[in-house]
Amino acid sequence: MENQQDKMKTSDASLPLGGSRRGLKKRIIPCLDIKDGRTVKGVNFVGLRDAGDGVELAKRYVQEGADELVFLDITATVEKRKNLTSLVEKIAREINIPFTVGGGINSVDDARAIIKAGADKVSINTAAVDHPELISEIAAEFGSQCVVLAIDTKLDNGEWMVYIHGGRTPTPLRAVEWAREGERRGTGEILLTSMNNDGTKNGFAVDITDAVSKAVNIPVIASGGAGTMQHFADVFGQTKASAALAASIFHFGEIPIPQLKQFLKEQSIPVRI
Amino acid sequence: MNINKTMIAIIKYNAGNITSVKNAVERLGFECIITDNPDEIRCADKVIFPGVGEASSAMNYLNKNGLSEIIKSLLQPTLGICLGLQLLCKHSEEGNTDCLGIFDANVKRFPPKDIIPHIGWNNLSDVQSPLFNDFGTDDTVYFVHGYYAEICPQTIAQCDYILPFSAAMQKDNFFATQFHPEKSGSVGERILMNFLQTV
Repeated sequence: MENQQDKMKTSDASLPLGGSRRGLKKRIIPCLDIKDGRTVKGVNFVGLRDAGDGVELAKRYVQEGADELVFLDITATVEKRKNLTSLVEKIAREINIPFTVGGGINSVDDARAIIKAGADKVSINTAAVDHPELISEIAAEFGSQCVVLAIDTKLDNGEWMVYIHGGRTPTPLRAVEWAREGERRGTGEILLTSMNNDGTKNGFAVDITDAVSKAVNIPVIASGGAGTMQHFADVFGQTKASAALAASIFHFGEIPIPQLKQFLKEQSIPVRI
Repeated sequence: MNINKTMIAIIKYNAGNITSVKNAVERLGFECIITDNPDEIRCADKVIFPGVGEASSAMNYLNKNGLSEIIKSLLQPTLGICLGLQLLCKHSEEGNTDCLGIFDANVKRFPPKDIIPHIGWNNLSDVQSPLFNDFGTDDTVYFVHGYYAEICPQTIAQCDYILPFSAAMQKDNFFATQFHPEKSGSVGERILMNFLQTV
């Protein structure tokens, strides 16, 4: 709030519309991979680097203007589940923007524990492929807005195919068709990660993000490959993506979020500043 | 942390994410209880009626547990949030549900002309209430909803997504926001603080 003192204040009855600055904003979402209560980020899902304490990093992102946060527990196992729940409780107490928790959510019971701990949404990936009815079961109990279908996709012989188990296992599903089925079953959003792009810093996979975001009528979060501020402008300019997610470029301070948002604003992309 | 003596009751029912409202109220230094006990709700200085979920099952629960009449009879400042706002309207298309009828508006499904639900940060216009003291013209708040309340005489803030709808409403002691002040960063905290301190 300290930085907002120069902002125009109003108490009168009407606010004029301000052209393209007004309306729904494109969201910038830092992703924090969690392992044993700490943040890590893999490069192409292998060779993990430790990048600091999860909650501290989360608070820093909130101050910098992140629009949402995603936490992925990459070592989620049954015996670690309690650790995750208490971390989620701590995050929920300390941050004042929406956040999603994913990783190892295999049942409605798992989802309930995370949501009761204070998460706004859960993301499901492998379990949704194994048991697609899980999408509708979680949506029925907590609402579609609580369900994020995470799709890891990789280009195989010209086809964007769905992979599970952290990208290790191929499936016969095509990304566009799986996204459509997820929407039909009641997911509220789709988090689409291109494995070809993830960790490369060569930009988002504009083609598959475009195809998926046109195929469904729910928000698509583009993920994988962000390396420059222009990459964000490209994915918002060339696809219907509602949000873009990245990890390492934020964790290591390569792209500060306030600078990124200023850059996007100058490109006439609606962002929250 | 409880530096303020005001007691806030958050109404407990079968609608999700009440924890985040409690966390937000406590971050602002207020004491609160999550309760479905009629006496505790009636005795609170202020009441928050939050909710994320489906309208017909929520109304069924409120009716079955005697909470509908209690909510309608409240005299202290009461703040509905998200589904809470919609349930304070006359009727919702979601599950063809008769609601509490505090506000003279109906709740409708967004026409499928853009991405639904409306998820994310959006601006407000025509802001007119102490609830929005110090609200800046470029400030944004966080929405998540597939249904909207029509504009009506009790509308105190509008948002435009697909069409203009009620982002906030007020009638007498009843306030309500379609957006989530508890999830809208420092802007949302200011709005919650205005409710907790000013109105």
